Amino acid sequence: MIHALALILACQLAGETLARLFGLPAPGPVIGMALLFALMLAAPRVAALVQPVGEAILRHLSLLFVPAGVGVVGHLAMLSNYGTGLAVALVVSTVLALAAGAGAFMLVAKLMGKDRSDA
Amino acid sequence: MLEMVEIWSYLTESPLIWLTATLLAYIVGDWAATRAGRAPLVNPVLVAVLLLAGLLWLTGTSYATYFEGAQFVHFLLGPATVALAVPLWLNRDSVRRAALPILAALVVGSSVALLSALWIGHAFGLPFNLLATLAPKSTTAPVALGIAESLGGSPTLAAVLVILTGMIGAIVVTPLMNALRIRDWRARGFAVGVAAHGIGTARALQVHPQAGAFAGIGMALNAVLTAFLAPWALALYL
Repeated sequence: MIHALALILACQLAGETLARLFGLPAPGPVIGMALLFALMLAAPRVAALVQPVGEAILRHLSLLFVPAGVGVVGHLAMLSNYGTGLAVALVVSTVLALAAGAGAFMLVAKLMGKDRSDA
Repeated sequence: MLEMVEIWSYLTESPLIWLTATLLAYIVGDWAATRAGRAPLVNPVLVAVLLLAGLLWLTGTSYATYFEGAQFVHFLLGPATVALAVPLWLNRDSVRRAALPILAALVVGSSVALLSALWIGHAFGLPFNLLATLAPKSTTAPVALGIAESLGGSPTLAAVLVILTGMIGAIVVTPLMNALRIRDWRARGFAVGVAAHGIGTARALQVHPQAGAFAGIGMALNAVLTAFLAPWALALYL
């Protein structure tokens, strides 16, 4: 377990370093995720090592957003001044993005499926 | 009685009490969500945030004091993002097969999230610095802070808008997809990862493992794409 944890942290560290070194737009942890994925593809032993620990961390992923969410208490004034505009923008744009994203996925998947059945 | 006061003042100075409170509030939120049969509106993050905000207000505790304890949980966001490689690896074959739908859903979902939020915010008369804060709201928290700051917005408010977006996405995704009759777990998961980052991904992981894997990819890809698109989209409102 310690080995897997060390590997995950090392990937994050490498990701943070690469992001800063090359001024990449992607954040360190996202680059770290790509690195870990590449390692898992390259070495089945790494995959077997990391899988149980990764799943354990992700089981309660929601918990990790709680501290940042409580930060809402520091912005109540701003939120009450522009609350309506922000609320409408957040709700409507999230609903539209969900529908448009899933719709685009289904459309292209369907077109590809047709191609395959025609071929 | 005096002893109790002394113990209280000692405890409120140490990170232990707010770290414990964060875990307990989440346990209550998770328990409530399970009791409600994972009903979307009873989101564990929402319940925990409301409980803790109320507790801070009741005890007159500042967010800075709270965060000294809660930072240990907050820190794990980074390693958890790295750990999203695991569901991605487990679903690598279905991801490879769906490369084109993924690309289409990424470009469409990311652009719609960004442009519609800015357009609505502008229509409601939000000032430019607030639009800059709003622009990265669909990306994962650490990325959103960086984008908001570089565009001239507020990083801490950006974190709050990110969390709110995540909770909205996690709450509406199931009823919305059912109403649209989209039953493909890959499409449902990927869309919620793009629109509602890690909180949407957490919801997807609870609903279906394949949805969770696709949500993780959606979150990662959107973080990169939004970093490119946001300055350009915001320039429309300069």
